[in-house]
Amino acid sequence: MRTGNSWKRFFIFAAFPLAVFAIVLVFPFAQGFYLTFTNWDGFEQTAYVGFDNYTKSFKDPVFWSTLVFTTKFVVVSLIAVNVVAFGLALLVTAKLRSANILRTFFFVPNLIGGVVLGVIWQFIFNTALVSISTKFGLPFFAESWLNQTGTAFWALIIVTVWQSSGYMMIIYITGLISIEQDVIEAARVDGASPLRMLWAIKMPLMAQAFTISLFLTLRGGFMAYDVNLALTGGGPYRTTELISMHIFQDAFAFGNFGTGQSKAIVMFVIVAAAALLQVTVSKRLEVER
Amino acid sequence: MSEVRGIAKKATFISGSIIAVAYFLPFVLVFVNALKPKFDILANPLALPKTITWDNFNQAMTKMNFFRSLTNSVIITVLSVGALILFSSMLAYYLARTKSKFTKTTFLILVASMIVPFQALMIPFMSIFAQFVSLNNRAALIFFYIGFGVALSTFLYHGFISKIPMDLDEAASMDGANDFTIFWKIIFPMLRPVTATVAIVNALWIWNDFLLPRLVLTPETQTLPLSTYLFYGQYSTEYGQAMAGLLLAVLPIIVFYLILQKQFISGISTGAVK
Repeated sequence: MRTGNSWKRFFIFAAFPLAVFAIVLVFPFAQGFYLTFTNWDGFEQTAYVGFDNYTKSFKDPVFWSTLVFTTKFVVVSLIAVNVVAFGLALLVTAKLRSANILRTFFFVPNLIGGVVLGVIWQFIFNTALVSISTKFGLPFFAESWLNQTGTAFWALIIVTVWQSSGYMMIIYITGLISIEQDVIEAARVDGASPLRMLWAIKMPLMAQAFTISLFLTLRGGFMAYDVNLALTGGGPYRTTELISMHIFQDAFAFGNFGTGQSKAIVMFVIVAAAALLQVTVSKRLEVER
Repeated sequence: MSEVRGIAKKATFISGSIIAVAYFLPFVLVFVNALKPKFDILANPLALPKTITWDNFNQAMTKMNFFRSLTNSVIITVLSVGALILFSSMLAYYLARTKSKFTKTTFLILVASMIVPFQALMIPFMSIFAQFVSLNNRAALIFFYIGFGVALSTFLYHGFISKIPMDLDEAASMDGANDFTIFWKIIFPMLRPVTATVAIVNALWIWNDFLLPRLVLTPETQTLPLSTYLFYGQYSTEYGQAMAGLLLAVLPIIVFYLILQKQFISGISTGAVK
């Protein structure tokens, strides 16, 4: 770009998108932060209340159980999604003639929105599996998995893996393909076993794919809402509410705008801290090429 | 050696096929039950249909107002994605080519904003924009998507534009072209692979988004994901309709994917490597 006339250039190229960004994202975020220190009730605020909303939030036992449940969900889904996705990527890159078709099958669940997905799986857990169980006498599925907190947790994990492993698989495939063939050849000549090749050569060389995929699953886990809503709806008795739904309920169902918003700020801090930690650690494990 | 390899290959093929079937089974189940009358589903959800009925599809189409929801989804997705491509590419060009403290800081803020979850601003969001939303909720939603999507899209474009040599701009500028012409005639056509990525990543997100439309749209302007949620409440009785409705809702995006499969895959991988 030429120098000079920089204002004109700013107005042509940047002013509108930056203004929209500020109006839609920056301003409500700042406003939301500010409101947590007032007695805002969704319509007006009349007084500053200091940290009252935060203390109230942390005194709410349901919020604590939500935080524990969400953390468990994020950790387990992060591991499960990435292990499965990496396995699928290895499978698809194993030079099979059917690789393309397999890839499509694994990827398609990802195209479908969380709500539709949740409703499909609700049918599977509530009706199909129960019917199989009565027919073949399998006690495992005799009662719908969605009726109990413990099994409902695993139902959420299964559906999340089914939905997002295909997307992460693509990222891992890209990583696997980007490894130079001569490095692999050299390792093969040196007599590296397939397992050792994977562990010592391929995985370090594609560490960037792990960084990205772990970041996306971490973020996705904390923000999960649709699947939660359509699959368990938070039930039984609000025991399977992930943090996102908890905030929604607190503010819009119970009208607690003050605590709802402070919980949202707590969520933001947790997500930001977890994401920063994960990215710093993974970046350190990446090798320069 | 080759025999061992052959067996290994067969084993991978078989395990791959089994997993693929497992991934696909839920769709089969939905399809099979969408074709059955109500009582057959209750009797045995796993059996193939004895009598095939398309009744469920007709009912579901009316209930979810299929064509209206589809039109809404298409309008909102196409306009939002188009606007995001237009504005993000221009913003990225500005930020990548103008070296100043302001552009550096702006870029950093954009990148940092990607960690902010929507939930962190959802509650004040609705009270701030209530009036704007009531004026024209579809326009408001598109405006919101530009705001929420501009950071990632600009980031993707920025990485690519930084790799295009400045000489190109300078040569064109010598020939008397202004910034605007340089960008649209020379730079933008070179950005095609990123444009595909930006389009696909954003289209998938916006097409399937649920929370924001749920807060913003009304029944008249509802999108496909919202219209399928309707089956959630009355679910316990009308399985067949629900299944048909779900199929109708996912069909457009699956067809779209099958047509543009290559672009989807390369779009996601270029998007991820950045």
